[in-house]
Amino acid sequence: MHRLAAHQLLPRLRDRQLRARDLLEQALGRIGRLEPTLHAFLHLQADQARAQADRIDAELDAGRDPGPLAGLPVALKDNLCLQGMPTTCGSRILESFVPPYDATVVRRLQAAGAIVVGKTNLDEFAMGSSTENSAFGPTRNPWDPGRVPGGSSGGSAVAVAAGMVPLALGSDTGGSIRQPAAFCGVCGLKPTYGRVSRHGLVAFASSLDQVGPLARDVRDCALLLGVLAGHDPLDSTCEDRPVPDYPALLERGVEGLRLGIPRAFLQGLEPEMATSFEEATEALVGCGARLVDVDLPHLEYALPAYYILAPAEASSNLARFDGVRYGLRVSGPDVAAMMRRTRAAGFGAEVKRRIVLGTYTLSAGYHEAYYSRAQKVRSVVSRDFQEALARVDLLVLPTTPIPAFPLGEKTADPLDMYLSDVYTVGVNLAGLPGLSVPMAPVRGLPAGLQVIGRAWDEGRLLACGQALQSVRPYHLAQPQAALFDGGMA
Amino acid sequence: MARLARLDLQPDERERLALQLGLVLEYVGRLAEVDLEGVQPDVPVRTNVFREDQPDRPLSPEAVLANAPARQGDYFRIPRILEED
Repeated sequence: MHRLAAHQLLPRLRDRQLRARDLLEQALGRIGRLEPTLHAFLHLQADQARAQADRIDAELDAGRDPGPLAGLPVALKDNLCLQGMPTTCGSRILESFVPPYDATVVRRLQAAGAIVVGKTNLDEFAMGSSTENSAFGPTRNPWDPGRVPGGSSGGSAVAVAAGMVPLALGSDTGGSIRQPAAFCGVCGLKPTYGRVSRHGLVAFASSLDQVGPLARDVRDCALLLGVLAGHDPLDSTCEDRPVPDYPALLERGVEGLRLGIPRAFLQGLEPEMATSFEEATEALVGCGARLVDVDLPHLEYALPAYYILAPAEASSNLARFDGVRYGLRVSGPDVAAMMRRTRAAGFGAEVKRRIVLGTYTLSAGYHEAYYSRAQKVRSVVSRDFQEALARVDLLVLPTTPIPAFPLGEKTADPLDMYLSDVYTVGVNLAGLPGLSVPMAPVRGLPAGLQVIGRAWDEGRLLACGQALQSVRPYHLAQPQAALFDGGMA
Repeated sequence: MARLARLDLQPDERERLALQLGLVLEYVGRLAEVDLEGVQPDVPVRTNVFREDQPDRPLSPEAVLANAPARQGDYFRIPRILEED
């Protein structure tokens, strides 16, 4: 059952060949067997999930329709609020925090009949590219437990890749859905800024953050996006636009579409990754697409601009963790000392680095040289994307420059870790949608093709991903054999 | 900066951070190469989505205070506030 995608499980659940409770028990059993190796989850709620599954089964037995995701187990990244379950953000400072409300995306999942089984591991406050920055220990890649799963939504990517759950939610500020999806051989979509509500997502960099799906294939991404997307009065950046029937758009294919490749930007790509990328784009040509070289002259500056803007926003957003209203408190003789001690004890090294960096680039005297300049660079990067996407229908490039790297390889060098986001951050700066779909493995490890499109054009991204999957089904490869045989890729 | 950001750092932590942030600042300094003459620093966030300002059901004080590290009745309790030196 763990090999099936959500869209394959749903008809079995609806015609009662499969009971939601049995599916859930299989998921919980698999989680129990694989967690000691992988550590994808921070919290599980088996009893609540069982009660929900029984309720869904009762409704299905009675011939009612409990929603488009009825009976499917899902996992949430642990920066999304679910009433009554801890939301730690992978941080000691929120270790004891239990939110009194649900994120809007969680309500939508529940209204669609999905069953939340638990919360997944992440880099602390979603700051990182390997899930090694979690205060509760790293998550491991199911394709090779000696390697990272990517990050920051590493736990969600692993939960799907290892067949623990068919669907999971992540958040993407600079690549945090797409990069782990690529590293783990699953599909991940970062929607257009404003497509999905962030109410109940713990904020990292508010002008960049989006919630999105991780799933086994493109059809499941389309299905889940359709449930998540749409206006929410509780998020003033979430736009009131019609939500297309994404699964219905999947078969439109890429016939006649122009796919832009930023060749100059991809110079220096390692040969194996370049070969995998060429093979994927040639497959799309075989489906009727045309390849066009495009120039995004400022894209190389997206990463340095991102590492000014995101920490600046984070330093402001994380000011709320002060030991007053929730979370950790370390006492002190006065309130300022209490706050300084609480934050020193509660935050990990990477979060402290980004808070201090953001405080610096926003401070009087440096604001102009760093923050304002980075905002202007953001404008020119966005303009590059707009101009390119006026000439072509979609842009394609690898999701990451390299496949999953060994645990510990980049922890001592923050800058080296930051460079793994080089192909993903531009999309966040420009507010565009980006999809990662598995392409040919690189040195035996999963790799991702990234498809980028115009704002609100998720349907076309998904159709392109579907076209690739239909001729190059790399998403069907499974890592589990290696785990169960005791071999480690 | 650490003081501005309300973070107590140990001396060795401060030293390591200064070194690492020096490298990051050197890297982001590449932005000086970009010609930004006449460019506006806009954020590509499209619109502010407004709604009617109507009262909704708030969370109960009990639900909100359940996470408080220290409370006194329906208030958050904090240490006394002194002037910083």
